[in-house]
Amino acid sequence: MPGILVYALHSDEGEFNKNSLGAISEAAKLAGELGTEAAAVVVGDVPDDACQGLGAYGASKVWRAKGSPEGLAQPIVDVMAKLISDEGYSYALFGGGLLGFEIGAGLTARLGAGVTMEVTEVKVADGKLVAERPVLQDSSIVDVGYVSEPGIIIGRLNAFDATERDGGSAEVADVEPELSEWSTKATMVTRGEARGEDVNIEDAELLVGGGRGLGEAENFKLAEELADALGGAVAATRAVVDAGWYPYAAQIGQTGKTVAPRLYLAAGISGAIQHKVGMQSSENILAINKDPNAPIFEFADLGVVGDLHKILPKLTEAVKAKKGG
Amino acid sequence: MPLVAPEEFPPPVMPAEEFIGPPTDPEEERIEVGVAIVGGGPAGLACAIRVMQLLEDEPELAEKLGEVPVAVIEKGKTTGAHLLSGANMRPSAMRELFPDLDPSQWPVYQEVTRDAVYLLTKRRALPLKPMPPNFRNHGNYVTSVAKLGRFLGEKAEEAGVYVLAETAADKLLVEDRIVKGVRSGDKGRGRDGEELSNFEPGSDVIAKASVLAEGTLGHLTMAALDFYDLHGRDPQRWELGVKEVWKVERPLDRVIHTMGWPLRKRAKWNEFGGSFIYPMGEDEVCIGLVVGLDYTDATFSVHDALQELKTHPFVREILDGGERVAWGAKTIPSGGYWSMPSRLSVPGMVIAGDAAGMVNIPELKGIHYAMHAGMYAAEAIVDALKRDSINFESYDEKVRDSVIEEDMYRSRNMRQPFEHGFFAGGVLASLMTITRGAFPGGHWRNEPDATHAMSIDGAAKDYSNPDNKYIFDKLSSVFASGNATRDDAPNHIRLQTRVPREIAQTWVSMCPAQVYEIPDDQLTAGAETIDLQVTPSNCVQCGAITAKGGRLTLPEGGDGPLYQET
Amino acid sequence: MKICCLCKEVPDASVQKRIDPETKRLDRSGEKNLNPFDTHALEAAMQIKEGAQDVEEIVAVTMGPESAVRALHKAVALGADRSVHLTDPALTGSDVCATGYALAKVLEAESPDLVLLGQQSDDGECYTIGAVVADHLKMPSLTQVIKLDVTDGKLRCERQAEYGYDTVDVEMPAVISVGDAINEPRYPSLKAIMGAKKKPLDTKSASDVGIEADRIGEGGSRTTVLEINPPPQKEAGEIIEDEDTNETVEKIVAWLEERKLI
Repeated sequence: MPGILVYALHSDEGEFNKNSLGAISEAAKLAGELGTEAAAVVVGDVPDDACQGLGAYGASKVWRAKGSPEGLAQPIVDVMAKLISDEGYSYALFGGGLLGFEIGAGLTARLGAGVTMEVTEVKVADGKLVAERPVLQDSSIVDVGYVSEPGIIIGRLNAFDATERDGGSAEVADVEPELSEWSTKATMVTRGEARGEDVNIEDAELLVGGGRGLGEAENFKLAEELADALGGAVAATRAVVDAGWYPYAAQIGQTGKTVAPRLYLAAGISGAIQHKVGMQSSENILAINKDPNAPIFEFADLGVVGDLHKILPKLTEAVKAKKGG
Repeated sequence: MPLVAPEEFPPPVMPAEEFIGPPTDPEEERIEVGVAIVGGGPAGLACAIRVMQLLEDEPELAEKLGEVPVAVIEKGKTTGAHLLSGANMRPSAMRELFPDLDPSQWPVYQEVTRDAVYLLTKRRALPLKPMPPNFRNHGNYVTSVAKLGRFLGEKAEEAGVYVLAETAADKLLVEDRIVKGVRSGDKGRGRDGEELSNFEPGSDVIAKASVLAEGTLGHLTMAALDFYDLHGRDPQRWELGVKEVWKVERPLDRVIHTMGWPLRKRAKWNEFGGSFIYPMGEDEVCIGLVVGLDYTDATFSVHDALQELKTHPFVREILDGGERVAWGAKTIPSGGYWSMPSRLSVPGMVIAGDAAGMVNIPELKGIHYAMHAGMYAAEAIVDALKRDSINFESYDEKVRDSVIEEDMYRSRNMRQPFEHGFFAGGVLASLMTITRGAFPGGHWRNEPDATHAMSIDGAAKDYSNPDNKYIFDKLSSVFASGNATRDDAPNHIRLQTRVPREIAQTWVSMCPAQVYEIPDDQLTAGAETIDLQVTPSNCVQCGAITAKGGRLTLPEGGDGPLYQET
Repeated sequence: MKICCLCKEVPDASVQKRIDPETKRLDRSGEKNLNPFDTHALEAAMQIKEGAQDVEEIVAVTMGPESAVRALHKAVALGADRSVHLTDPALTGSDVCATGYALAKVLEAESPDLVLLGQQSDDGECYTIGAVVADHLKMPSLTQVIKLDVTDGKLRCERQAEYGYDTVDVEMPAVISVGDAINEPRYPSLKAIMGAKKKPLDTKSASDVGIEADRIGEGGSRTTVLEINPPPQKEAGEIIEDEDTNETVEKIVAWLEERKLI
């Protein structure tokens, strides 16, 4: 029966990626509404119980391609294309992230399918799926429909929440991948190398942004301590980067990076539009500034008018306590 | 507090020494063109197009000029990107340059059929009848110079002109007092001028004839005026205009000029200027405030005064329910006749347009003069080069015999009397208009803007808080200008940064792009001497700083605003 | 080695972008420019050429309306030896599927050893056209590559993936999308800008490269835009005045908890 096929990414240690679990949950929800089922695809030698565990998120079946290497898209395109053609899946869903994009794109070409990326929501209309995605730096939302089957849906990072449901255990079936000639032309040399110093604020879920209101370079320590307590990273405005208080790699705004974390805590940031365009899509914006007229209060979800030098240290302590306790 | 004038703190720059010199590239690397035109505005592009038109009948000369007969060097991202004006353009130049083009194909919004002048008080708008004749615009066309720049740029390229956008003309190449061409600016320097990994040096562009059509406060022009001693009888002076374009719900049926509020009338503040509100088609309106930079209150800000102007009920009626779609700022030379250069040409070079001060402030006209001048320059250059001469004096003669000289002379003293305050100035200016400049006659001297002593007074008291829907702050306005200059660009503004409070405040308030700031701690402590903070990447290159004590030099080509409808 | 650089003409970054409510597509009137990400691809191509690799030519390829010629001029000023312009009214309205197919056909005609492109375009924000094209061309592909070295006919690529940095070897011919962190694009010299118009420019229509009409344009697209809406109106946020900091911090923590942020 037609259904939704989801790719489940996992690390070398066998832990499934949060976004993939989110995609499975989302697929299961949608499949329910469509009166069909969601299945997952896993590559590599993943143990039975780990695969069955995907049932908890709503996958009724898990296809496993043991012999396929993980971490590169094209072999997985081969696996999924065959499954979609053989089993007749109507949709392929991905949870965002590099591989999801690449596999989805490969399937688009292979199957002559429609694809929507950076999807933030999926809804059901007339027995079909409609993907919603923001465009033009989040200034508009488009609803995209699929003209034919299958339809490829690639979610934005963190768009789908992983929710466990009473799904029980998933049925595991092994498949033999038939790799295309060009899928063997890329070889992984090293996978997942950590490089500490690089600040990748674009991927951080929680960001503490520091602006001129911090007063001086040393006070960035306040932002760093809070970010540590929250488990996030530190970002900066152009003004403080110009002044040499923080590195350019952390700069957010019109001439810096654009981010959309779950939390953006703006400390001592006025919210001028040059900065705003870099973080306005943050899910939750918390602003602390001593100037009640600062533009940031116009678009913050929670605005605190006060002295950040007093508030930040106390907030850091309180957060640590909450998390520790 | 002692009264200090900005001119007491001259900027660290020596224009003639720094920006003029011989070619330095080895000969094989120099780029050769026929005519090099600096500035892709109305003057420069009209000149370029005219040269190509004339060359059609001069095949021998065309060959002599080589592969690139005409090159236009434009520092904006495209021609028109740095252009801003009112404007009501007199059609004479367009007709002459494009005789086969119907006005319906011009980049204009509409012909002016109705205009009015109002004297504003804080709450009322008193129509001035009979309307002062210098404001009459029937037969003129509402246009956007940014659009005109793009239109002329396209026409120029169609005609075979090489339009080199994103290129700054940094240096005038002179050898044995003869102008040989210009040098383009470097790209890829860091904040301290160091060469970055993608550094690309500029190039020497050698030309048989060079045209400086740089517009207001032209970089090379100002250096050349010093070097060749071409200064006019009076020093030049400038007005600063800040303008917004709005999408509106109801079409505006007339061209409007206003005087009076929010500018203050007393002589001591010396606030001369007025506003314009023009319809742009059915659904857009532009509004701008133009003020002389010789005002004396250090806290006066043209941008904020424009925001204030919008709160007047008369203006609200026009703009309410609308949406701001563009913002920009630029200076206009207002010295008029007495401040124009004593000569407009030297061997190998001519100066045309706003750069030569060809602006008639009382009548708010300059675009068509610029285009006429560009065409005269083209004619003089083609004529001279045909005879292998680089003496372009016939250009000077053409300008002197033209409507440019005639109009400029007629309004030669109209701006100056306003130093005596609004009413006295108004009376005198009207008398001059009525007598077509004959009365009171004589020569009223222009003073440079930077000579006026500044005091910290109360202009800022009346400025409203921005709400970013109707009243806008400077930073969001800079954003709306399309300015996306990279942060680590070198500082192109020459300025003394350790100055008395009055001077610091003058620059802070004056600059519409918030380039200058007084550090927080010095502000709260009420320090007498300030260490000015400069954010050059905000700069929209209006030029006001040059008029009022500093010096704007050229940032990297391509930097600055991207005006589209201003 | 022959390198093809895919280029795209996009609205300038500082222009307010909007969707035309009638066509439901991006309003492309107004200022346009070469997609900044593609300049990184061109720079990467130039660096391979200058790094003593045997590169016979770098070809800039674009699919777009007439005005896209300017993007090609810019690409050539940055170092491409010639350019190819695929333009055809039948291509208007192509979605990712149709566009990827069309680009693959025009590249097929060039038989490149390496196809380079920027990882995304300012307007489409799709991040994937390289992978679509690669599958059609039957070539290996990687996206978001931030380091690229050519040794013995193989590409050693580095990119940041979900779990950290991956190093992958790719055999040519291949399609590589580069991230903006890969290099600092050079500025074109004035000479190069002026010479750009003289470099060969081939204009091709869809049929010239064997594109099947029913696979492109609106008719050939597999997705369709149903609606465009402004983003959901954010409710006005709450504002707290800090008087008792302990109390304020409590409120903040409660707010964070409520939103599952801690």
